[in-house]
Amino acid sequence: MPVITYREALRAAMSEEIERDPNVVLMGEEVAQFNGAYKISEGMLAKYGPTRIVDTPISEAGFIGMGVGAAMLGLRPVMELMFFSFYTVAFDQIFNNAANIRYMSGGLINCPIVLRGPANGGTNVGATHSHTPESIAAYHPGIKVVVPSNAYDAKGLMKSAIRDNDPVMFMENTILYGESCEVPEEEYLVPLGSAKVMREGTDLSIIGHGRAIQLALKAADRLKELHNINAEVVDLRSIRPLDEETILNSVKKTSRALYVEESKPFCSVGAMVACIISDKAFDYLDAPVKRLTSIDSPAIYSPPMEKLQLPTVDRIYEAALAVLK
Amino acid sequence: MTKKPTPAKKSEVAGYNARQAPINAKLGHDELIALYRDMVRIRRFEERCLRSYQQGKIGGFLHLYIGQESIAVGCASVMGKHDHIITAYRDHGHALAVGMGMNEMMAENYGKITGCSKGKGGSMHYFDPSRNFWGGHGIVGGQIPLGVGLAYAVKYKGLKGAAMAFMGDGAVNQGAVHESYNLAALWSLPVLFIIENNGYSMGTSQERSSAGPSLAQRAEGYGMNWDIVENGHDVLEVRDKVAAALKLAHEKSLPSVLEIRTYRYRGHSVADPDTTYRDKKEIEAYKITKDPLMVCQNSLLAEQVLTEEIIAKIDEAARAEAETSAQFAEASPYPTVEDIKKDVYWEIDNPADRKSQGALFFD
Repeated sequence: MPVITYREALRAAMSEEIERDPNVVLMGEEVAQFNGAYKISEGMLAKYGPTRIVDTPISEAGFIGMGVGAAMLGLRPVMELMFFSFYTVAFDQIFNNAANIRYMSGGLINCPIVLRGPANGGTNVGATHSHTPESIAAYHPGIKVVVPSNAYDAKGLMKSAIRDNDPVMFMENTILYGESCEVPEEEYLVPLGSAKVMREGTDLSIIGHGRAIQLALKAADRLKELHNINAEVVDLRSIRPLDEETILNSVKKTSRALYVEESKPFCSVGAMVACIISDKAFDYLDAPVKRLTSIDSPAIYSPPMEKLQLPTVDRIYEAALAVLK
Repeated sequence: MTKKPTPAKKSEVAGYNARQAPINAKLGHDELIALYRDMVRIRRFEERCLRSYQQGKIGGFLHLYIGQESIAVGCASVMGKHDHIITAYRDHGHALAVGMGMNEMMAENYGKITGCSKGKGGSMHYFDPSRNFWGGHGIVGGQIPLGVGLAYAVKYKGLKGAAMAFMGDGAVNQGAVHESYNLAALWSLPVLFIIENNGYSMGTSQERSSAGPSLAQRAEGYGMNWDIVENGHDVLEVRDKVAAALKLAHEKSLPSVLEIRTYRYRGHSVADPDTTYRDKKEIEAYKITKDPLMVCQNSLLAEQVLTEEIIAKIDEAARAEAETSAQFAEASPYPTVEDIKKDVYWEIDNPADRKSQGALFFD
């Protein structure tokens, strides 16, 4: 099976969908002539031309709102945010228009739009460029939120997101763009709302999403190596819809849960998952559900400190041991 | 009302007569009467809405269009098959003008399941995509990028059509509007930005809110065509100027900004006291000299297109239609608690076609 990067997987997914459906267009800042700020769309302008691969001005509220309007009339725009952090500039267009249009029209109008881009810290670009807004996005009924942790899921989820008739916020990670894994050549889809058990275990469930999953897998290796602890690692992949069943099955098996994520702690995805576990699996728990997030401040610039602000293998390892005490 | 100086525009040459413009000169009696009838229907509908609002039947806000009827009717009357309309929250006039029914509109105001949005949108959020009417939007200026998107999709599909994106004079200072201007001009999108300038953004007059000699002229900064419809109360002048801009959009895929001077008789919403920012005399002066219905009625009477008898019949029919809509709304059921979670996600409403898994709701 070919090994490709997360970046290549995203490009393959968008290319396949552009070839499959004439209504799919990719738009965003520097996606065409510049070949993408992070080279996700490299070569796509040359291959598909300027009608399908469209450079926009730096005008997020304008072009995302435009995408929403075009989606209402049947296009399937994939809108790249150079940094997902720039969603704040288009907040009204996303959460008042894209999220509400189906509801306020009594179901008469759909909005099949994908907003995608990197939503992560860890690259020393400061607080303005390091937002991880998955819980903010998922807060809004009408919106779907996807956070792939690896190339295989990135491709399969992107194809599902583009075919989805509801607005999908697709949060990537610049640190993962160069990471590779096996990705089949033949077409496949990963459905939204399906979590994946990345590593089977019996002693503790480490649940999370995004790049934190890659760190959790390393922490699980260390737990096994040093303490013979078998941690199960569950990657949500999709925040809304949410695969509650896989979460609960894992917790019922291990009786202990740790949620890891790069977001800030207040009203995070982990807070929601902890609440669901408490509601639906309380009797199975042998310890309180613990959460590990970024340290609760705006993203610090200082490179060595930013590494420590984010979840690290060390911090996940320590947090797991604390849950097992 | 607007006190700022306005630069003269080429179309306002001496001797201009909207009735003689080709698009209006060809109108038959029935078509002229239909324009008048549509304006009367909007006014009678809204007067009935006001009564229901005062009786506590309608919740929230009620933004009445009374005084501005000539704009929605004039614009809708020149729409082609692939032309689209999107507007803000003062949307009753546009909805009726594109052919939506009073029953579904009044029921929406009452919050009933028979409403055009099943009681989920309310007065500010009417929609009817089957009539190319895309809302009904609550945030000032927020609908304008969507209008650009409609134009983008029309052009992408290779259709001969345009989007008319309506806003009030209060919207022109929103960033999203300027971003929309830029995108439309940059990409030559077939969109008409139509500013219904009634002189007040809520209670703030134009001179207290907007810099520059006129609102439409800001289009020059984007290299866009612009025009001012000075006599926005004249449905025929609206038709002529809007049709000219539509032609530019259809034939050359060029955007335009049209500022249509108009006036609203009621408060920003009817819940607002209408006494702090304008003089009652100002309202009365407009009603006496520029009321869109009266101006149209007088000219059609002079042409003997209308008769007193026809006028009375139109009025009677509009009142009866509005009354019937109120009865329909009153008799209709409310949505149920189960309905609250419908129409949120396409997939939930189409379970046989659902591709995703897992929970989409969390209560």
